[in-house]
Amino acid sequence: MGELVCQQVGKVWGIDTAEQVSTLEDISFSVQSGEFVVIIGPSGCGKSTLLSMLAGLESPTSGMLLHNGQPITGPNPDRSLIFQQPSLLPWLSLIDNVAFGLTLKGMSKKERYRRAENFLSQVGLRSFAKKYPHQLSGGMQQRACIARALCLGADIILMDEPFAALDVQTRYNMQKFLLDIWEGSGKTVVFVTHHIDEAVYLADRVIILSARPGRILDSVPINMPRPRDVISPEFEQHRTMFVEYLRSEVTKAFAEQELAEMLDTRIK
Amino acid sequence: MVESNPKTLETNRLTEPTPNPPVRPKRRSSNPSWIKTALINIGWWILSIGLFLGIWEVMTLLGWVNTLILPPPHQFLGEIANQDQFLMPQIGVERTGANFVALTAIVATLKRVLTGLLLGFIAALIFGCLAAYFKIFGKLTLPVITLLAPIAPVAWIPLAILAFGIGDRAAIFVVFIGIFFILTLGTINSINKVDQVYINTARVLGATRSQVMRHIIIPAIIPDLFVILRMNLFGAWMAVLAAEMVGVNTGLGAIVMVGRQMFNAKLMFLGMAIIGVVGYLLDVAFAQIQKRVLWWKSNAQI
Ligand SMILES: Nc1ncnc2c1ncn2[C@@H]1O[C@H](COP(=O)(O)OP(=O)(O)O)[C@@H](O)[C@H]1O
Ligand SMILES: [Mg+2]
Repeated sequence: MGELVCQQVGKVWGIDTAEQVSTLEDISFSVQSGEFVVIIGPSGCGKSTLLSMLAGLESPTSGMLLHNGQPITGPNPDRSLIFQQPSLLPWLSLIDNVAFGLTLKGMSKKERYRRAENFLSQVGLRSFAKKYPHQLSGGMQQRACIARALCLGADIILMDEPFAALDVQTRYNMQKFLLDIWEGSGKTVVFVTHHIDEAVYLADRVIILSARPGRILDSVPINMPRPRDVISPEFEQHRTMFVEYLRSEVTKAFAEQELAEMLDTRIK
Repeated sequence: MVESNPKTLETNRLTEPTPNPPVRPKRRSSNPSWIKTALINIGWWILSIGLFLGIWEVMTLLGWVNTLILPPPHQFLGEIANQDQFLMPQIGVERTGANFVALTAIVATLKRVLTGLLLGFIAALIFGCLAAYFKIFGKLTLPVITLLAPIAPVAWIPLAILAFGIGDRAAIFVVFIGIFFILTLGTINSINKVDQVYINTARVLGATRSQVMRHIIIPAIIPDLFVILRMNLFGAWMAVLAAEMVGVNTGLGAIVMVGRQMFNAKLMFLGMAIIGVVGYLLDVAFAQIQKRVLWWKSNAQI
């Protein structure tokens, strides 16, 4: 069970200072339990800020965030956040990283290793349990982060451009992998990206944010069966629609080049 | 739920190739080229030292130096044989004459340096963490520490002897105080530089503030602190020797001093040679600790 609601959320950074930056304005949406929602928008529009607030790391300057009807006041292991940057702790072995949340709970070593091994198997890293993060590729590290989130039993997984630093082929594999893990799990996923293809490939619903200050431009359900055919007319249609939405936003604040970046061509 | 998901991805497309993993330096491979480089290195060491000692001996033979002031190496190294209690590591033997107990002196000096460093390291870690955790405490103490940090360890010797007399405690205090302020500043500085993503990771997984301190901040800063510790190792080493020369009457520094007072240049040079060798080995030992215990820091940043 993981339901999220944003009610007219706004965020102004540096509210007590002279240099106030309004990052998000009037964000209202809700995410149903088990839904896969992708948030897309030009860089700097406040996507990471929004996820930090959903995770409870930051608080909004206006509006309200709810998790299963309860206001979000701080971090909660039921909502896990996966970062874009490598976030495995370099001084811990892979299995200790995956079990880290359980260590914080004070669980016995035997029990937490038993659980962590199970999740390492699910992400295909069981044989790497004793390795250290720097011995793994970027894709493996992000998979381990997913295992770490699952290991604590989070029912909402927040993901902040988790595959942005990976090469195109690995990113594509990771997207499939994420859907494999998610399908039938009942977990709620809120996934941030600035890649249009990634959004169309993954999402039950795409929320489009404007350039800063970020506001919701549209919320588009994608009713295509999975696995999605990336060369189908339907896929192309969604793609074109998002390009049009974002074109005006991107040119407002950034160069046309950025739009090209958001459209990296998927390996077909 | 995922736990019951039968899909296992161990063998499918997801096992992408590992990118040439840098291997944890547990044991060196039996790579012959490594042995060769090491041997060549050792060869140069032997050659360099041999040349130095050889020229010294030759100059003595030619009668160019006063052997009362500059005894040839074979004489002062041979002095070890006169250390009749060489292998009896009792500590605190009085200076009773030329027959100094060299091993005792080594143990005494090392004990002071290591105890001082260990105490200084622990105290600075605790103090620095407290200053970062309780902001008011930090603001109250930081300016004083900043002013005390530049005082060289040797400058504390007179105070140490005044306060603790001429024993172990004075020498340990000098090392402790010489490292404490610098390491405390280093701790606070490193804490401020810890990557926010690690802290946020722990918070998202439900860590309390003190758990963040224990599981994230401390492991993240230890390698930095060790670098500072190692940089100040020779400072501490010299401070102890100086203390042993001016007051604390046992240890390697005292050997050199007694040699001078008794006009026994052989003893003096024996003391100096031991100081050189032990100081070098101490640094090697610290480098090894740094490499093995804190290996992840250097490797992760290649
Ligand atoms: N901790 C912070 N303090 C002050 N300003 C911030 C902070 N984090 C982000 N911002 C500002 O908020 C804006 C949006 O940032 P971010 O949420 O990271 O955007 P995105 O993830 O969409 O690229 C940026 O202009 C950034 O400068
Ligand atoms: Mg971002």
